[in-house]
Amino acid sequence: MTLHLAVALDGTGWHPASWREPGARPGELFTAGFWVDQLREAEAGLLDLVTIEDSFALDSDRADRAQGRLDAQLIALRVGPVTSRIGLVPTVVTTHTEPFHVSTEIATLDYVTTGRAGVRVKVSSRADEYALFGRREYGAESHESLFDEAADHIEVQRRLWDSWEDDAEIRDAATGRFVDRDKLHYIDFAGDHFSVRGPSITPRPPQGQPLVSALAHVDVAYRLAARGADLVFVTPGGVGRAGPTGDAEAILRQVRAEEASVGRQGDPLHVIGDLLVVLDDSADAARERLARLDAADGEELRSDARILTGTVGDVADVLESWHATGLAGARLRPAVTAHDLARITRELVPELQRRGLFRTAYDADTLRGHFGLARPADRYART
Amino acid sequence: MPKQIHLAAHFPGVNNTTVWSDPASGSHIEFESFRRFAQAAERGKFDFLFLAEGLRLREQGGRIYDLDVMGRPDNVAILQALAAVTEHIGLAGTVNSTFNEPLDVARKLATLDHLSGGRAAWNVVTSWDEFTGENFRRGGYLPKDKRYLRAQEMLSTAQALWDSWDADEVLADAASGRFLRHGDAGRFAIRSDQFDISGRFPVPRSPQGRPVIIQAGDSEEGREFAASSADAIFTRHAELEAGQEFYADVKARLAKFGRRPEDLKILPAATFVLGATESEAAENARQVQYQQVGPATAIAFAEQVWNRDLSDVDPDGPVPSFDPKTDDDVDSGGHISKGRASVRMYRDPVATAREWRELGEREGLSLREVVIRKNGRHTFVGTPQRVADTIDEFVQSDASDGFVLVPHITPGGMDPFVDQVVPLLQEKGSFRTEYEGATLREHLGLRPSPTTVAAVSVEA
Ligand SMILES: Cc1cc2nc3c(=O)[nH]c(=O)nc-3n(C[C@H](O)[C@H](O)[C@H](O)COP(=O)(O)O)c2cc1C
Repeated sequence: MTLHLAVALDGTGWHPASWREPGARPGELFTAGFWVDQLREAEAGLLDLVTIEDSFALDSDRADRAQGRLDAQLIALRVGPVTSRIGLVPTVVTTHTEPFHVSTEIATLDYVTTGRAGVRVKVSSRADEYALFGRREYGAESHESLFDEAADHIEVQRRLWDSWEDDAEIRDAATGRFVDRDKLHYIDFAGDHFSVRGPSITPRPPQGQPLVSALAHVDVAYRLAARGADLVFVTPGGVGRAGPTGDAEAILRQVRAEEASVGRQGDPLHVIGDLLVVLDDSADAARERLARLDAADGEELRSDARILTGTVGDVADVLESWHATGLAGARLRPAVTAHDLARITRELVPELQRRGLFRTAYDADTLRGHFGLARPADRYART
Repeated sequence: MPKQIHLAAHFPGVNNTTVWSDPASGSHIEFESFRRFAQAAERGKFDFLFLAEGLRLREQGGRIYDLDVMGRPDNVAILQALAAVTEHIGLAGTVNSTFNEPLDVARKLATLDHLSGGRAAWNVVTSWDEFTGENFRRGGYLPKDKRYLRAQEMLSTAQALWDSWDADEVLADAASGRFLRHGDAGRFAIRSDQFDISGRFPVPRSPQGRPVIIQAGDSEEGREFAASSADAIFTRHAELEAGQEFYADVKARLAKFGRRPEDLKILPAATFVLGATESEAAENARQVQYQQVGPATAIAFAEQVWNRDLSDVDPDGPVPSFDPKTDDDVDSGGHISKGRASVRMYRDPVATAREWRELGEREGLSLREVVIRKNGRHTFVGTPQRVADTIDEFVQSDASDGFVLVPHITPGGMDPFVDQVVPLLQEKGSFRTEYEGATLREHLGLRPSPTTVAAVSVEA
């Protein structure tokens, strides 16, 4: 079986000095063209998907760092019509958003892309983000409670996607009915953080259920993914809030244990390893690049994911070993998008293809399809 | 040069104006329909595309209302996608002020403005009812008399956020290593009745500075809100005299807010049916009316007046002789119809019923025919020349500054207007032949947004 390959897009790249590199186009960061070009490059590399980072708060107060962010869902929507195969997975913060709105937005992305939408959910863990909404007090709720809320958020999104059966629209001229209302369903979700009645205002999206994902470093997050996601991004050899995350094998064991403990039904999680990459022709050249970037920023690069400084061959070796352990694939975070994204699509991908580890053409045109996931039956449909 | 007409294209909505039974009626949800509709409007050099919003499926008699087109995408989301397949046309989305938070909405609209090159508009609507609230975290938390307070605070907060970045804040100068002028650009603190928020707005100033603001609401409060804060008002007053009255009323309110008459465009909703001759147009219009009000829809409309089940009434028979039920207060949610603003128009249902009955008796009309008379009227019916003349007359005589045109067929409903009426308006010199500006503000002839405050702190 081949592996799945994703790229995590975040502005000009994951290194804070990336915006100063040749070709970074920092002055175009807030224009459509900047994102369209990145997506075209990623799609030319036959990637399964890109994720788009998001947060309501800004990361830094330093004038020498690239600051400012656009809404990730809308970036995905803007690039949707100009791509045709690649999956689009924007980040959504669950803590401060309405599950009803998020559900219809992701369904809309799925319509616009005819089945290439996903969502990556994220719990808000920053005081400054709470203050932007002023609705709840930072630190007043336990971590567990916030992750439970995220699980409820996913559950509501999913029920709303199913709340219109596929054949609800009937256009029956004889009786004057546009829909068969027996095929529209109240979802009647009631939880600790919100209740939602339904049905959705948006019919069931093309994939039925767009792909749900989460990034996880600790048990409570693996549990969230096990409860509600299709895909989980993990950080072998990285560090989380609670310290080192462990190697791929250890993480996979924890993920499977959480799946068992929550009684997960259906397809097991696709577990995808994250890697921050600084790529060059030789390991020395890559290390020099990183040193130069760090010097420009004045701080050493830090990351929750393992940082790999080396050649595409080195990356391919890591991915191959992860793959042997049972990970489904990798999500690469380019240190400098202008440089490392093209190395991924034009050098790493051919290398993986040579090793028989990656597709040579897209064989599906939906995001679920890229992961071999069938279009699910509607949970409310009576057969 | 004559006064210039502004035109918007309303994507057909989820009500009985939209005809779904016609062979020409396509999908209301697939992106392809939105793309075709938007591109037709852009071919016609329209100012903007307009999308309405409803956050709960309508119900009648405790069940989902199934007679009209229903099911739509998220507004800002679909507009953002349409920015990829259009170049000039403005993109106006209806977004509710009660069930959203200002940081999120302001960020979305600023993003839409960036990623469309300055074409974003926000139609601020104020639905507050508990029925809609059941889909959201806080339920029906807002009392009716606070709906415009919240809308006003929502809008002024969004505007403060949009203004929080200077236009020249982003340097992105790799050589000097300076990305911003100020490390903490976008800082704000806002405390008001509805909001207590602070921090940094994450989006640099967008091409329009502030997206265009549209208001749709008719009450005294709604008019004041529009006069104080909106760039355009979307109304239902599309008859010449009523339009002139409304126009004069709203424009007269502007001075006290330090605004000029041209700072607020008045755009009534209007439907149209064309024909090669006047009689052909009239016949087409009659057919469309019968499509819009089928037998089941006629009964449903009567139920909204009578406020009771009328499923055993014959739509082709006379108007019921008994009186409507009046004991339920419409706004408190006791009415048979839920999630529909138009029921609030029947302030005195007994009188409405009597009017319908008298009309039926006087002219020998069935219930369905009476409903068609009362609800199915088109704004403009005639040859393309007649329709162009009428539209121009409305605008030149200050009954409006243009129209939000609502076709009844998706997605091709705007094509006949674009192909047959727009050229005639252009001949008159009262409608553009090319887009002259880049942004929606420029299309509408609005002044640029006020430039900026470096630090925003508002206490109300
Ligand atoms: C022409 C027009 C169009 C409207 N469109 C919408 C809409 O798309 N979505 C919505 O929630 N409310 C819509 N409304 C309702 C208004 O925003 C407002 O909530 C309602 O009219 C009550 O306010 P009022 O008492 O000032 O009229 C519309 C109102 C008018 C007059």
